[in-house]
Amino acid sequence: MKPVVRARDLARVFGDSCGRCLELTDETTNICPQCGSVVACGGVSFDLYPDEVLGVVGESGSGKSTLVRLLHFDWEATGGSVYYNLPAAGMDGMDDALKLSPFLKRQIRSSSLGIVYQNPHDGLRMNVTAGGNVAERLLVAGWRNVGQMRTRSAELLQRTEIPVSRMDEPPRNFSGGMQQRVQIAKALSNRPAVLLFDEVTTGLDLSVQARVLDLIRGLQRELHVSMIVVSHDLGVIRSLTTRTMVMRQGRIVESGLTDQILEDPQHPYTQLLVSSQL
Amino acid sequence: MMLGEWAVAERLSEGYNFAFIDEGAKREIRRSILKAIAIPGYQVPFGSREMPIARGWGTGGLQITLSIIGPDDVLKVIDQGCDESVNAVNIKKFIDQVTGVAVTTETKDATLIQTRHRIPEQPMTKDQVLVLQVPLPEPLRHVEPLEAETRRMHGEADYGLMWLSLYEDIARHGEISIGAGYPLLVNRRYIMNPSPIPRWDVPKLHMAETLYLFGAGRERRIYAIPPHTAVEPLEFEDHHFRVENFEGKSCIHCGSTNETYLDEITGDDGRKYYTCSDTSNCEKRCHK
Repeated sequence: MKPVVRARDLARVFGDSCGRCLELTDETTNICPQCGSVVACGGVSFDLYPDEVLGVVGESGSGKSTLVRLLHFDWEATGGSVYYNLPAAGMDGMDDALKLSPFLKRQIRSSSLGIVYQNPHDGLRMNVTAGGNVAERLLVAGWRNVGQMRTRSAELLQRTEIPVSRMDEPPRNFSGGMQQRVQIAKALSNRPAVLLFDEVTTGLDLSVQARVLDLIRGLQRELHVSMIVVSHDLGVIRSLTTRTMVMRQGRIVESGLTDQILEDPQHPYTQLLVSSQL
Repeated sequence: MMLGEWAVAERLSEGYNFAFIDEGAKREIRRSILKAIAIPGYQVPFGSREMPIARGWGTGGLQITLSIIGPDDVLKVIDQGCDESVNAVNIKKFIDQVTGVAVTTETKDATLIQTRHRIPEQPMTKDQVLVLQVPLPEPLRHVEPLEAETRRMHGEADYGLMWLSLYEDIARHGEISIGAGYPLLVNRRYIMNPSPIPRWDVPKLHMAETLYLFGAGRERRIYAIPPHTAVEPLEFEDHHFRVENFEGKSCIHCGSTNETYLDEITGDDGRKYYTCSDTSNCEKRCHK
C-alpha cells in the first residue's frame, strides 16, 4: 500500500541559521549553540497510510504545531521533503510538494487537505458567515453555484451539530465549542483525503471535548480519511489514534503503535510523559 | 496669473513643451501603457507626475491623455457622462491650451475621450481611445488591506477571497450589491476594477473595438483593456450579473427608458426626475 503522505527529514529553523543547526541540536535542546537559531522541527520523517490516524504527542514547544503547519504549507520548511499521493490534486507521490509553486500548493490544499487549528481565530474568518467559511475552500476549488455551496455548507454544519438556522451568522457570535465545530465543517468541505487536527480539544470543557472527539471518530469511520492528530493530551491520543510519534525539542524521540507507546514507553521522555498523566 | 493665462503664455510656440509633460516623462508613461496593453487587466506601476490639478481629480487620466495626444487628435472630455460639468470643462480647457487640439462634445467625432465614471452611450470604434480616470485601482482592496498581499494574490491568481466576498453579499442581501465599479475578470486572468462606471457600461468593455486605458494618478497605476479582449463580470451560475433596470422611469428630455443610463435628480418641488447621464447623446436624441 502506498502512503498518502511521506515526509522525509522535514525541518524548520527560525533565525539566521549557521547551516549546522541540525547537526548541533538534538532532542535535549533545540537552540543551536553556534548561532542561537531555534530548530522548531528537525529530521522529522514518517509515513501516513490511507485510512490511518497518526498521533503526534509532546509537551508545548516540541514542534507539533510546526509540523502540521509545514504539511499544510502555512509555513515554509527550511529543509526536507513531503510527498503527497493525492489523485484529486494530481499528485502521485513522486514529486516533492515543498518545491511546488504557491499556486500548485494552494491547489493541493484546496482539493485534498483539511485543517483544524487549536485557536478557531486561525482557521475561521470571524466576520464572515459560518456558511461562507465552509464555502471558502469550495470557491477556491472553483465552485460557482451559490445554491450548491449552501446545500453543502448546510449538510456539513448539520453533521457537526451547528443549527442550520445559524448558518448566516458569523462565528464570532458562537461559543468556543461551536467555533471548533464550524472549523471541522470547514475542514471537511472539500472532502479531503488528509485531515490535520492541531490540539482540537484544548480549551474546551470536558463534555464538549467528548462530543468533538466522538464527532472526529464518527467522521473517520464514515469517510475513511487519513488523519494526523496533534495533542499534548494522552487521552485524546489514546481514544483517536492507532499509531503515535512522540516529539521533544523538534525531534521525534519515539514512535510506534499507540497502545504500545502508552503501555510500554521506551524513551525516558515518553516514560516521564506517561507517568505524569493525572 | 490665472492658470489659464499662464498655460497660454507657456504654449509650445513660446518654449513650453507640447502637451505640458516633458518628453522623458511621456516616454515612461507610454512604456507603462504598452506594458498594460500587453498584459490586459494588470496594474502597471508608473511614476505619477505633479499636475496642475490636485491628485484624485483625474491626474491619472490626464497624464495618459497628455502622453498619447497628438496635434491631429480631436478631444472630448466628460465627467459622469456630462460634457459641461466643471471638472470636464477645466480638464478640456487645460489640454486644449497646452496642445491646441480641436475639442468636441460629439462622441463619434472625437479620436480621444477622457472620462470620469462613464463610457459614452454611442458605440465607439477602433479609431478611438477611451481614457478612464480611476480613484482606486485595486479591486481586492476591500478584502485585503495590504498592497504586498494583493500583489501576491494577483500574481498567483489567488482570488478565493474575492469570490467569498461575493458569496457573503448574496448570503446577507440576497444578491450582489455592488453598484459602480463591478469587479471583472479580464482575459480570463486578472481581476480588474473598471473604475466606478455603472454596471450598465460593463458589457461595452467585452470584445470591444476600442482601446480602453485606465489611469490612477494618486495610486500610481496604469492598466488597460485592449480591443477584442474577453471581459467577464464575476458572477455565479445561479446569480447572474445584471445591468441597471430603468423600467417605469424615463428621461425628462428625450424620453429614453432602457435605452440609456439614467441619473436621478430631485427637482425644486421635491419630486424625483430622471435624465440621461450622457448629455451629448441625449441632445442628439432630442433633435431626432
